[in-house]
Formats: sequence, C-alpha cells, structure tokens
Amino acid sequence: MSKGTATVSATADAPVFYLKDEHDHAEGGSTMFGFWIYLMSDCLIFAVLFATYGVLGGNYAAGPAPKDLFDLPLVAINTSMLLFSSITYGFAMLAMAKGKVGATQGWLALTGLFGAAFICIELYEFAHMIHEGATPQRSAFLSSFFTLVGTHGLHVTIGLIWLVTLMVQVARYGLIQANMRRLMCLSMFWHFLDVIWIGVFTFVYLMGMLR
Amino acid sequence: MFDNPELIKLVFGRLTLESFPLHEPILVATFIVVALGGIALVGALTYFRLWGYLWREWFTTVDHKRIGIMYMVLGIVMLLRGFADAIMIRLQQAMAFNGSEGYLNAHHFDQVFTAHGVIMIFFVAMPLVTGLMNFVVPLQIGARDVSFPFLNNFSFWMTAAGAVLVMMSLFVGEFAKTGWLAYPPLSGIGYSPDAGMDYYIWALQIAGIGTLLSGVNLLATIVKMRAPGMTMMKLPIFTWTALCTNVLIVAAFPVLTAVLALLTLDRYVGTNFFTNDFGGNPMMYVNLIWIWGHPEVYILILPAFGIFSEVTSTFASKRLFGYTSMVYATIVITILAYLVWLHHFFTMGSGASVNSFFGITTMIISIPTGAKIFNWLFTMYRGRIRFELPMMWTIAFMLTFIIGGMTGVLLAVPPADFVLHNSLFLVAHFHNVIIGGVLFGLFAGIYYWFPKAFGFRLDPFWGKMSFWFWVVGFYFAFMPLYILGLMGVTRRLRTFEDPSLQIWFVIAGFGAFLVALGILSFLIQIFVSIRNREALRDLTGDPWDGRTLEWSTASPPPAYNFAFTPVIHDLDSWYDMKKRGYKRPESGFRAIHMPSNTGTGVILAVISIIFGFAMIWYIWWLAAIAAVALLAVSIGHTFNYKRDFHISADDVVLTENARTDLLAAGVKS
Repeated sequence: MSKGTATVSATADAPVFYLKDEHDHAEGGSTMFGFWIYLMSDCLIFAVLFATYGVLGGNYAAGPAPKDLFDLPLVAINTSMLLFSSITYGFAMLAMAKGKVGATQGWLALTGLFGAAFICIELYEFAHMIHEGATPQRSAFLSSFFTLVGTHGLHVTIGLIWLVTLMVQVARYGLIQANMRRLMCLSMFWHFLDVIWIGVFTFVYLMGMLR
Repeated sequence: MFDNPELIKLVFGRLTLESFPLHEPILVATFIVVALGGIALVGALTYFRLWGYLWREWFTTVDHKRIGIMYMVLGIVMLLRGFADAIMIRLQQAMAFNGSEGYLNAHHFDQVFTAHGVIMIFFVAMPLVTGLMNFVVPLQIGARDVSFPFLNNFSFWMTAAGAVLVMMSLFVGEFAKTGWLAYPPLSGIGYSPDAGMDYYIWALQIAGIGTLLSGVNLLATIVKMRAPGMTMMKLPIFTWTALCTNVLIVAAFPVLTAVLALLTLDRYVGTNFFTNDFGGNPMMYVNLIWIWGHPEVYILILPAFGIFSEVTSTFASKRLFGYTSMVYATIVITILAYLVWLHHFFTMGSGASVNSFFGITTMIISIPTGAKIFNWLFTMYRGRIRFELPMMWTIAFMLTFIIGGMTGVLLAVPPADFVLHNSLFLVAHFHNVIIGGVLFGLFAGIYYWFPKAFGFRLDPFWGKMSFWFWVVGFYFAFMPLYILGLMGVTRRLRTFEDPSLQIWFVIAGFGAFLVALGILSFLIQIFVSIRNREALRDLTGDPWDGRTLEWSTASPPPAYNFAFTPVIHDLDSWYDMKKRGYKRPESGFRAIHMPSNTGTGVILAVISIIFGFAMIWYIWWLAAIAAVALLAVSIGHTFNYKRDFHISADDVVLTENARTDLLAAGVKS
C-alpha cells in the first residue's frame, strides 16, 4: 500500500491494485469529524447573531440600555452553572473511559441539573426583563439580545433533551461503542456551548455594562 | 362550527377558501393539468404495482448512487417548472408595449419572477449539483458509500420537501412577490403580509437543512473515506472541486439559515432586525444574505469546473494540464468567495474605500478562473479530441463563460456598477455565467456519467439537437438583454413605455422559445434512449476510455461499488491501472458490510412539510404537533441500533460473475 508514486520500475514489481484482505471498518469512523464540521457550521450561526448584535446592539430606540437591564451577579451565577456543568460532563467522560456505568450516569445527571439550572435562571432573567417592558420588540438592541442569548438557551435545551435520551440509552444498552460515540458527540456539543457562552458573557453582558 | 369565526381561525389559521386561487384562470388550468398528470402517474404506479418497489428500492435507500439519481430527477422536474416561469416572463415582456398590459397582472408577474429565481437556484441548480456529487464522489475515491448514509437520504428528502412547499404555493395561496432574495423592508410583514413570503421562508429553511447536512456528509466522506494511496494531490479533480464546494456549503448555508430566521422573527414575533424603525437596519439583511449568496454561486460553479476538467482530460485523452494549478485555483476561488459579497450592492453607499476593496477582490477572482481556462485549452492542445456530447458542452461553455466573465469584470468596477446596478445588463451577466457555466457543466456531467448510472448512453442525435437549441437559444435570449441593460432598462419590469425596445424583447423571447425546444429535445432524448437502450448499451463500464476510478467498476455499479477496495498509485488511477496491466479480480470475494435502508428520512420530511405548511398559514396547533412529532421521530430513530447488514459473499460472487460474462460479451461483439 505504501508503494507510492515513485515506483518507476512498476513493471518489475507488479503493483497492488486492490486490497485482498480487508478488515471491517469500525462503524461511525468519521462521526467525530463530521460532528465537528457540523459544530463549526453551528458556530457560524452564532457568528451571524454576534455580528447582528454588534451592528444593532447600540440601537436602543430610546428604550432601555444594557445598564438599565443587566443584573451582573445573576448572570455570573448563571455562567458558573454552565461552567460547572462542563466540568461534571468532563467527569462523566472520565467515568465512561473507565467503563463505569453508574458513575457515568451520575455525572451526566449532575450535568443535566446544572444545565437545567442555567435554563431556569435565564428564563427568570428574560421574564424579568419582559415584565419591565424590555421586550424583544422594543428595540433592535433587544431583538438581537434576546435572539443571541435565546438561541444559545435553545441549544442548551436541546442538549438537555439529548442528554436525557442518552442516559436512557446508556441505562438500556450500557456503554456500548455506539453509545460512547454519542456521549463523545454530546460532550463536544456541550463544551462548544460553553465556549459560545463565554463569548456571550463577555461581549453582551460585560461589555454591555461598559457602554 | 362554520358560524364561529374564532373557532375556524383556531382550526385553519388564516387559510380560507379565498386562499385557493380559483379566480385565476391560468392557475386553474395549470392545476387541472398538474392534477391530471399526477392522477395518471399515481394510477400508473398503482397499476404496475410499483409503489412497493419505489419505497423499498428508492425512497428508503441509503445508496449514494440512487440518492444522487433522485436528486437529478428532482432537479430536472423543477427545471421544467422554473423554465415555465422563465418563458412566462419573456412572453409578458415581449407583449407589454404600446399601452398593452400583457397577459400577467402585477400581482402574478411578481410571483413569477420570484419563483423563477428561487426555483432555478435552490431546486434546480442545487439538486443537480448535489446529485452529481453524490453519485460521482464516492465512486471516484473508491468508497462504498458516503460517511453518513442515512443522513444522505434525509438530506435529499428535506430538499424535496422544500420543493414540495414551493409547488404547493402555486395552488394554495401564493408565492413571494419580493424577488429571489427577498430584501426587507419589502419582505417584512408590513409590505408582504400574505402567505407568499412565508412559503419562501419555510421552503428555503427546510431545503437548507438538507443542503447543509449533505455538505457535512460529503466533506467528511472526501476527507475520511478515500481509498488507500489516494493522497490529496491524487484526488480526481472533480472530487477536489466537490470538496471545495462542500466547504463553501458548510461555511455559507448557516448564514442563510440565520438571516432567514431573523427575518422570520421580524415577521412572526415583531422583532426589529430589518425594520425601518426601532433601530432596525434593512441593509444588515442585504449584507448577510449576500455573505451566503456570493459563496452560493461558487458552490454551483466549482463542481461545473470539475466536470469540465474531467471531460476535457477524458475526451482529449490526455492527463489534465496543470493539475496542481487547477487545485490551487479552486482553493483560491473558495477563499475569495467570502471576500466579494459587497459587490452585489456597491450602491449601498459604503464609501469609496470599501467599494474599491470589494471591486478589487472581485476582479482578482478572474485570475484563478482564467488560469483554469488556460489549463483546459492546454489540455486540449495536441490532444486527440473526441467531439462527444460532453466535450461539445465543454467547448460551448468555454466560449460562453468567457463573455460572462468579462461582463462580470465590467460590473466589478464600482463606478460602472452604479450605472448598471439592477439593470438587465446584470440579469444578462448572471444568466450568462449560470447557464453558460453551471447549466452547460451539468449537461456535460449528465451526458458524461449517464452511462455509468444506467448502463447505456444517451442518444447522440437528440443530444445534439438539444445542444444546438440550448446554445443558440441562450445567445438569442440573453445578448439582447445586455444591449437593453446598457440602454438603461431595469430588471423585473412588467410593462414598457418606449416602443423602440420591443424588438429586443421579441428576440429574447425567440431565444427562450429555442431553449424550450432544447429542453423538449432533451426529454425526447431520454425517452428515445430508454427505448433504444439495448443498442446504446455499455458493457465495459468504461464507455469513454475514462481515467478515474468510477470507470473501473460496472455500469451501473453494484450496490457495494467495488468488490475489493482499490489501491491508488497515480493521479489518473484507472488510466494507470489500465496501462500497467490491471487484471480484474474474478474470485476470492468476501461478504461486504453495508448500511441498511430506512424510511425515517421520508417520514421526517413529510412532517417537515406539515410543520412548514402550518407555520405558513398560522395553524399553531398543527405546527406544535408537527414540531413534537419531528423531535419524537428523530429520537425514536436513535433507538434503532441495527443499521447495517452484510451482502453475503455468494451474492457478491453472483454479481461479479454476471459482470465477467458481460465483459466477455463486450469483447466478442
């Protein structure tokens, strides 16, 4: 196989044109790579939302500005929820690598709880803002704020549904190859959402307070 | 129940009896024809008991070759619809002079040109390009299927679901009246309150999911599934262009998804992204949609360049001249595709420095493209050129595309663009490159790979008829538009004041008529070829004396493509194998591991249509049920762990022995 191009004397040593002995390729050999590409495309959706926020984020239309709305301590708590959930997911993956079903499930459950707490705090924050009249319809700033943060929240929610599904599948079928692959994909997804959130926290909340 | 308007609204949303265009005679007649055709088709399928066969062998298939063929069928069916719109525009514009209103009212005309653009780009060019990539790429890289076979099936059905929604808009409600890119504020809820704009949004969103996932799939396939020995610089050139196209798809379609989602929020929720008040900015939409839109045209043209490269090399019986420069030209175009979007709206008023930046990047694109043209010319130089149909299309492309490229460079000069913006000159330019480039390329590809897909060639006589009608018709249809554009005629006009312009529109109409004959000849050709398939049969699997791996297997290829995984030593690997005395293995076959068929893709697509329809007509309860059903079916699918099977060694032996007999018969005759 490694007989490359440079076989000038190819007629002398008859080249191999096909594999006689072929091993079955492991199913899902390119799943990680494919999922990574998908994540990058998802990242571009966030890039568009960030860009939109960057362009429209200062258009308050005589409505409330970030300073009037953001409650940084609350957002800090929320951020820590998401960061903790990433750590616990990491522990779940370590447990998975050791083949411990119970520990994996436990850490996954804890991850889910942190994720759910994040969503609840975010919903509370949204409800509070809407109650104060800062609705998505109020200004382009609020439209882009709610859409950017809400899209991230929607992703976390889908991640939670996925997490529960995987926990059911692990409970039913154990840590088989397919399930481990799926847990790895969700792991990438989960950490990716963390990275996005760090962007949101920095650009939307911290820099918003400086405006 | 019918006395309670609140209840009716709850059940049917804004869908009423008036939504059905019973008062439009053209639409009623179209509907009757379509309905009769549909009934005849369904009746024939039932009579010949083909439903089970279609469902088992085609609709649920995960075989990349069959999915590719289904994409092609979808593209060609939609071409008929898109062309019907085109000829309606040409007829209207040729008639509407001297106070005549033509035969289309404004309401209808606006929908026709919008539908024409949307259908031709999203549901003709995209499926045809994706179909060819799907069919050819795994064969060229010596793989048995794509990386994610189920996803491939799902992607196809999502694209088809988008097409179904567009077709539904013809008979239930209406289509958008905004032009194919639907700029706000015209496409906002204030100026387009009706369902047409929502058909546009949901059709493109649903089809866009399919396109994006198929891009991920093919990208992973090319990177991960190449046969041993096939390094990146031994990749067949069509696969290289497919790789770059899929990079573009993955990096551009999310932008479309996002910008359409923002427009959706503006329309459904009342946010202020692209509105004129409350801080919204319509130009944000125009920027974003062209950040998708410009890469999109390279998504279409790059595979066409790949096809021309394969065809030129094969029919000149020479190795492609400047393979490496071809690869780098493709990569450079891929990168530059993202740096030129603003040239679509120099008139936005972004200032001299911004405009000159985008003007210069645009002109730079002509350098790698020009390099490609020279590579093809040098490949042909001193080659033994066989003027088969694919080669004829290639030469027509080179002559036509150069004109389109040059008018493109004219438009890239911002001061010139201020004059030509939104004129028929622009319309002539992009039809010049899309028909002369993409469509000619697709035809070259269809004629080139048809024998591989079906085991017989297409009839050359009707192929030549189609070719000449298309090419001559193209020049008649679009050269007058350049002249009209230079005279200052803007696009999308329904009626005209100046009678001296009429002759040019009549000539353009005549050109469209010739193109219609070209399409007709193409359909006759397919019919005639199927009837004469025994005479046109290709027994060798290599009818053109090809150079790449797809020609090493049978025509049509077996489900598993290659009984043994090929090993690659040279760029033109099949040519290399033939030259160095490759002997086809005739024994020692083993069982082959393959993915199983599944109906989940079809089911998800049907639910997506229901979801889209419910959203379009504000039938919220149905939309909610459909959304939950989508989630449930998707999750349910993940509980199916048995997704593969083995083709037994005996079956492989049977298939391969049949091929051995065919090859022997081919040698005798």
